[in-house]
Order: sequence, then structure tokens, then C-alpha cells
Amino acid sequence: MIQTSGLEKIYPGPRLRGPERTKAPRGVVALGGLDLQIRAGEFFGLLGPNGAGKTTTLGILTTRVRPTAGRATVAGADVVSEPARVKRQIGVVPQRPNPDRGLSVRENLLFHAAYFGIGAHQASMRADALLARFELEARARAKVDQLSGGQQQRLMIARALIHEPAVLFLDEPTVGLDPQARLALWEVLRALHAEGRTIVMTTHYMEEAEKLCERVAIIDQGSLLALDTPAALTARAPGGTLLELTLDAPAPEVAETMRALPGVERAEAHDDRLRVHVDRPGERLADLLRAIEREGRRVTHIQLERPSLETLFIALTGRRLQ
Amino acid sequence: MSDASAVRSAAPVSAWRVLLALLWRDAHVTRRDLAGFLIRTSLQPILFTTVFGFLLPSMGMVQGFYVSSLLPGILALSLSIASLQAVALPMVNDFGFGGEIEDRLLAPVPIELVAHQKVISGTAQGLLTALFVLPLARLIMGPIPGLTLTHAGGALAVLVLGAAAFSALGLWLGTAIPPQRVGLLFSAIIAPMMFFGCAYYPWSGLDRVPLMQKAVLVNPLVYVSEGLRGTLTPDLPHMALRFSIPALVGFTALFWALGIRSFARRAMR
Repeated sequence: MIQTSGLEKIYPGPRLRGPERTKAPRGVVALGGLDLQIRAGEFFGLLGPNGAGKTTTLGILTTRVRPTAGRATVAGADVVSEPARVKRQIGVVPQRPNPDRGLSVRENLLFHAAYFGIGAHQASMRADALLARFELEARARAKVDQLSGGQQQRLMIARALIHEPAVLFLDEPTVGLDPQARLALWEVLRALHAEGRTIVMTTHYMEEAEKLCERVAIIDQGSLLALDTPAALTARAPGGTLLELTLDAPAPEVAETMRALPGVERAEAHDDRLRVHVDRPGERLADLLRAIEREGRRVTHIQLERPSLETLFIALTGRRLQ
Repeated sequence: MSDASAVRSAAPVSAWRVLLALLWRDAHVTRRDLAGFLIRTSLQPILFTTVFGFLLPSMGMVQGFYVSSLLPGILALSLSIASLQAVALPMVNDFGFGGEIEDRLLAPVPIELVAHQKVISGTAQGLLTALFVLPLARLIMGPIPGLTLTHAGGALAVLVLGAAAFSALGLWLGTAIPPQRVGLLFSAIIAPMMFFGCAYYPWSGLDRVPLMQKAVLVNPLVYVSEGLRGTLTPDLPHMALRFSIPALVGFTALFWALGIRSFARRAMR
């Protein structure tokens, strides 16, 4: 359904001034050669921290960003040379709701349908069905400014569906939603997927990717780090529990000592933090604390994490997702 | 919502149909706030008409000739500023914080169509303003010596060209100016254009300041004002239509091309 090969995006850098102006301006690499294949009917996740290149990828696939190099097709149509063909097949839910504020809730759906050449009668029927489905019936005549954040997000999804696209793209759909609205949105997305729609979603919440997506691409700094089912990716995470110990001051030499301790699979120092993968955290903790004390350091915070996409990401990049 | 219907939606969509839907959207939004729209675009010219076309002549401070040359100028001014604002302001807003234009950029047509539509829509809004201001101004000023509608067709042509030129200028400025600099649009561009656009005085009167008479020729408003003087008050001094009309055609083509290019640059990241 979706294919990319060697997809690259370099945003132009700031123009140089003064003595440096003869040098070529250095661009910002948002995407450095991405290869993806997404199957029809798949629920696909792009997971990565802010600035990883997820939104740029979505922008290219939805024809709104011009790639610097490489190729991408959606439903057999090239995003650069046949944008209109691509746009007929896709629905897009933006990161920040951008409804047409000159129009009412229902009109947002009706006019969007009209932009896709859908007749007035059919548009009206679909709009009513979508308003009912997304519990917006009571707000149909309201101005969009009067909607809550969750309602605006649902309106954006309804709008993206009114022309019945084969692929639905969602950019960080649950950012800024309260926990209840987030769970409700998950249910909506599961139902849309169950209807056979291809869904491509970006997120920096690993829990969201784990629970919803059939396959997840982990992206960082414009490149693909790993791509598999959430279960397979979690299995690739370093075994054991991740113990993150925050110290009163950086102590890289402690990591060295810890690697020699029994039960420790991996130990790394990042600034004032020590990240240690151990098999039985309860039993090993005392040894670890003693090792730190011997170096004259003190522990200010301890965090425990089971193997997950998050611990895999940390193992791959040395940084957290958020 | 089945997969079969999803495939059905992949049929090509006629660009004309999408263009009509986009125009319908702007007409709908304008109609909903018609009073606000007319106050925004017409109040200032009407106030000006009241002072310079009614009060000052009543006091005997200006002559009848001035009043006659004022009406086409006021009409040109309201038409041009309304057309420019009708496109420039939504553009600044749509591409600014709100990103509201995104739903139209996702329509299954080339994005340039959305830009062309904005110019057409702005032209219509400029004409609407002119048609509202003309009878009101005539009412406030009373009988205007030399005013004739015998060249109504020519006047309409100047109105359409003027509105198109300024809508296209609005598209260019609205997409080229960063949102945080929008204040400059009024103080640095619109205000000088209004005062040196021969709206408040005829171009022929500038022969006493020859340098100024040449300098104002870069201002497209001059040709709208003079074109309307040439068609509405043909017996009074005015720039020949064989200059003003081709100039308007040229400005329209130039601004339209610049506007589309700037819009496309702004829309595609």
C-alpha cells in the first residue's frame, strides 16, 4: 500500500552572513534515506522522539512535503508526480487540530466532502453518520472554537474519513488529550482498523505504539533504527529489567565496575545516570548500591522498567523517547 | 465505510467541481458575516466621502470639480483595498498559527488551484464592495456634475481588472510576508498606496509636481482611479484609457504570477 525508498528530506538552513556567506548553507537533515513498506490493511506505527523525522515522513506521504531525494508511493501513486491521485486515497489527521474556523462543525465535514467532489446528498448522509459515530451530533451546528480538545480531535478524524479513504494518516493523535479521551480515541482507531483500513500513525508514546500497532518503525534523527512487531521488538530489548539510577554527580567509572557484577547484562553511564540491565533487580540492587557507595557517590533517584519499546530505544540510542 | 467504498472514492475528481466548492466556501463564509465584511471594507471610504464629498463642499472649501473627481477615486480605493484584504488577511492567518488552509490543500487537485480560487474570490469580494459603495457615495455627495453611466461596460471592465490586480497582489503579499510582520502590510504598503494612488486627486493635477507624477506610476491604484475617471466622468481630465487599461492588465498578470509562485512555495514544505 505504501512504499518508500531512500526517502530524504533536507530543510534549507539559515542563510549565512558575513565572512561565511560564500560557504554553502548547511541544511537540516530531517530524513536521511528511509525505506519502508506498509501493507494494505496494516496498522503501522512510526515511533520516535520529537524531531526524529516522523512528521516529515507523514508530510511526504501525504504530498505536503517535497522530498529532497528518494521515492514514495501511496496506493500505487507517486507522491511527487501524482499528488492528486494520492490525495484521493488518503485521509489526514494533523498533529494540532486545524478545522476551518469560518464554518460550523457539520459544515467542516460537508465542505471537505465537496472538495472531494462528493454530491450534496451523499455528503449530508455521511456527515450525519460520522457526527453520530464520533458523538458530535449535539455540537453539529456549533462553531469549532466551542469544542473541547478531544471533540476537535474527533472532528478531525471524522473529516479525514468523509471521503472514505483507503489509508488514514494520524500525526501524534493523542498529544494533549486527557487519559480518558486518549483511551476513547484508541477504541476508535482499533474499530477503523478492524474495518480494513490501512492506518499509519506517528507517536512518541511507546505504550500507544505497543497497544495499537501491528508493526512499529523506530525512527531517530531521520533514520530507521528498527522495524518489527511490538512483540519482536520488545524481545530484542536487552534482557532483564532496566534499573535507572540517578546519582548526585556523574560517575562513568561505576558502570565499568558494575559490568563485572553477577546478573548484570549491560551497564552504561549517561551524565549523572546509570542504566543497568539486570536479571533479578530485587536481589541485585544491594550490590549495585554498594558499588556506587565505594566510588563515593550517592543515589538520588531509582527507576525500574520492564523490557519494552522504551528500553529498546534507550539501548539503541542512549536516550529516552520523551 | 467498507474497503469497497474506499476504492470507489479513488475516482478522479473534476477540477472545476472542486473550484466551485472552494468558491462556494468563501461565498458562504462572507455571506455569514456580510455586515462585518461591508463595515470593514466600506466604512472608511464612506467616512472620507462624507467629509470631502459632502461637508467640505457644503462649507464652500472645495470646488465641484474636486467632488466629481473624488467619486471614481473613492470607488477605486474601496475596490482595491477590499480585494487586497480579502485575500491577504486569510492567507496570513491560514498559513500562520492556525494552518486552517490544510483541508483545502488536501483536496485532490493541484494546490495552485486553491491559489487561483483565492484570487477569483477576492475579485468578487472587491466588486461587491464597489457595488455597495457606489450608490452610497452618490447619495452622500448629491448630484455629481459630469458623472455618466454611458460607459458602464468600460467601467465594469476597469473594476474587474482592478479587483483582480489587487486580489493577486493580496495573494502575493499575504503569502510572502511572515505573519509577525503583518502590521507592516498596512503601514508600509497599503497606506502609501492609498495616499499616492490618485484616489483623492486626479493624476493630471500632479503636473505641478512632475517628479511625483512620474513616481506614482509604479502604483497600480493610479490606473484603477484613472480608469474609473475615464469611464465614469469621461469629460473631466483623466489618464487615457489606452494607458490605464493595459497597465492594469500588466499588473494583474505580474501579481497573479508572483502570487501563485509565492503561494506554492509557502504551501509545499
